[in-house]
Amino acid sequence: MKVLAAMSGGVDSAVAAARAVEAGHEVVGVHLALSRMPGTLRTGSRGCCTIEDSMDAQRACNKLGIPFYVWDFSERFKQDVVDDFIAEYAAGRTPNPCMRCNEKIKFAALMEKALALGFDAICTGHYASVEFDEDGNPELHRSLEMAKDQSYVLGVLRTDQLQHAIFPLGKTASKDLIRAEADQRGLSVAKKPDSYDICFIPEGDTRDWLGDHLEAEPGKIVDQDGNELADHDGTIGYTIGQRKGLRIGKPAADGKPRYVLDIRPKEREVVVGPQDALQISEISGERFSWCGIAPENTDQWLSVDCQVRAHGDTVPAEMAIIDGSMRIRLSEALYGVAPGQTAVVYQGTRVLGQTTIDETVSAQAANV
Amino acid sequence: MKVFLDHASTTPLRPVAKKAMMEGLEIAANPSSVHSLGQHTRNLLEDARDSIAASLDCNRSEVIFNSGGTESDNQAIKGLYWQRNKNASRKVVISSKTEHHAVLDTVEWLESHEGAEIIWIDVDSVGQLDYQQLESVIQSRHDQIAVISLMWANNETGVIHDIPRVCEMANQFGIPVHSDAIAAAGHMPISFKQSGLAAMTVSGHKLGAPIGVAVLIVGRSVKLESLVHGGGQERAMRSGTMNYPMAMSMAAALKQAVAELDWREKELGELRDYLETEVQKRIPEVEITVQGANRLPDNSHMIFPGCQGDSLLFLLDIAGVEVSTGSACQAGVIGPSHVLLGMGKTEEEANGCLRITLGYNSTKADVDKFLGAISPAFTGAKRAGLSAR
Repeated sequence: MKVLAAMSGGVDSAVAAARAVEAGHEVVGVHLALSRMPGTLRTGSRGCCTIEDSMDAQRACNKLGIPFYVWDFSERFKQDVVDDFIAEYAAGRTPNPCMRCNEKIKFAALMEKALALGFDAICTGHYASVEFDEDGNPELHRSLEMAKDQSYVLGVLRTDQLQHAIFPLGKTASKDLIRAEADQRGLSVAKKPDSYDICFIPEGDTRDWLGDHLEAEPGKIVDQDGNELADHDGTIGYTIGQRKGLRIGKPAADGKPRYVLDIRPKEREVVVGPQDALQISEISGERFSWCGIAPENTDQWLSVDCQVRAHGDTVPAEMAIIDGSMRIRLSEALYGVAPGQTAVVYQGTRVLGQTTIDETVSAQAANV
Repeated sequence: MKVFLDHASTTPLRPVAKKAMMEGLEIAANPSSVHSLGQHTRNLLEDARDSIAASLDCNRSEVIFNSGGTESDNQAIKGLYWQRNKNASRKVVISSKTEHHAVLDTVEWLESHEGAEIIWIDVDSVGQLDYQQLESVIQSRHDQIAVISLMWANNETGVIHDIPRVCEMANQFGIPVHSDAIAAAGHMPISFKQSGLAAMTVSGHKLGAPIGVAVLIVGRSVKLESLVHGGGQERAMRSGTMNYPMAMSMAAALKQAVAELDWREKELGELRDYLETEVQKRIPEVEITVQGANRLPDNSHMIFPGCQGDSLLFLLDIAGVEVSTGSACQAGVIGPSHVLLGMGKTEEEANGCLRITLGYNSTKADVDKFLGAISPAFTGAKRAGLSAR
């Protein structure tokens, strides 16, 4: 196959490309330029699309003996990921930009361009696996190494995208093995630190960055009954489940700490309350998709597992499509789930689908 | 077999240039040493200087060797600016938006660090300077102008500026003019003596010498502040031990390039015209970017509507044909060409262009291989361009 290896400049994508070459594919490395004004050197563990990353990706391709190109997706990235990130926060939601990037850039814009230019598939360094059922339909599964499992951020992929996706690292037992393999293959990125943060926020401080991109509108911090407790400088400074930095002068009646329960940018309100009120028992979202073939009878409640963050917090649940929304009833409450986050549903290791969360139901309310 | 049609980026080492450099490398001595071996290498260096002076029609003492075109441009523009502001206040620098980054960034550095005021001379839709605007700026601001820097031929589009005309306007007021002649020298007839220039940049690797050698031609009566200080070599304008093997190599390459000028104008020009005619036959919607402008005979610049340059480049490269879009940043991102944007092209047009440049060893077979690859590349890149929206 003609395979385009998406090369971030990190160790994972370099080893993934090496394995694709070894598997006999005709591989071309491509680094995605996502910023029009790349910095020169990466600081700490952050950031992509810097000159250093581009050079590291190029060095890896040279080592593998494959051609290398840089493709500019900065305009699309700004529209579909960065602007969306800002708009979501402005609407009081908590977006996942990596998910959006996979959905709109890597497995959409890049994939479309790659297919148009004659490639058969895209290979990335994600920790997840594509497997095929008896009829040859692709399924996305968790990686063997649960600590690195990235199936969550790939939950947005649909059948047509999975058909053209190759994840060579999904069956590797640990990241250490990948580093060792990179070292053995003579790849200079073997010891390069992992990147953790949001690539377009180079300093790593999301609140600070948002402050530069959104106008802060001061308002009130209120309790669940609407009583005003304090002033705030703008709702973007808050996140659901936040406890510190609320600066409410007087203690709660029960003397227990208060947490952010809801953010209402239109009303310029931040709602706070007791920790118990953060417990969520039900989730729903209109923007949902199936990762591969859709399950049958989705109007019936189906036993699944639900994950709402990139790592951890997986709970048993039931899922059904009701009135055009994916509804998920959690068998154990989850804390601090915010609209805008993505809920990914699994059956065993298989990713079934996902929805962007529109509404959550508090466990307290459900119990009443 | 790969076909190389990107000679404007760098052209392969000419055998005569390699031979000359090897001869220089065989003898080790500092050309400033007093002993006879030193005198010998000094002679080799000065022979090279004579040869370059003959090739560019200038005085031998006007040839200043250095490490590259970017250094030359920096030295000329900053050096003249500082010199002109020693005993007077002349803050205006005149240039154009279609210059090479070595000039653009230097001029902008003077603006941000030295308080210079830049006046950009417009170009028309085919890249030709607005000489009337230049004339009127010179007439109205002549006592404030420190330096004018305008390239002789554009490195992306091959458009030739009328440098003698620019100098005529400026020299009546004693304003020094620098020209980046990197794309022009060895590609068209150049006479420094007759141009009226104060300073002129010529780089070795665009002529068939190795990367890492260039000259700045500085008129005998022209003074400029040096960027580097040290042993006072090269009229104290470029201190540092002189790199005679590279100078010898550049001299040999330039001499041969100048000897080939008629051939380049006629034969290579015909090959370029054949290339463009054939591309237009295959892809009627292609735009010859600077058609009608006075341009270099070996440069073809085209806009492929609906395509992104990076897709075209990728498909041609995979097919074994090496060309250029003209501009890419340090991270390797192919952006819209600032030259085309400066000519008033849209970002989309500036994104979908190709620069094909022929060189001393180009053949019809090379062009035919390009012609065989361009149609499928255009179709593929257009498909990719559509999906990118």
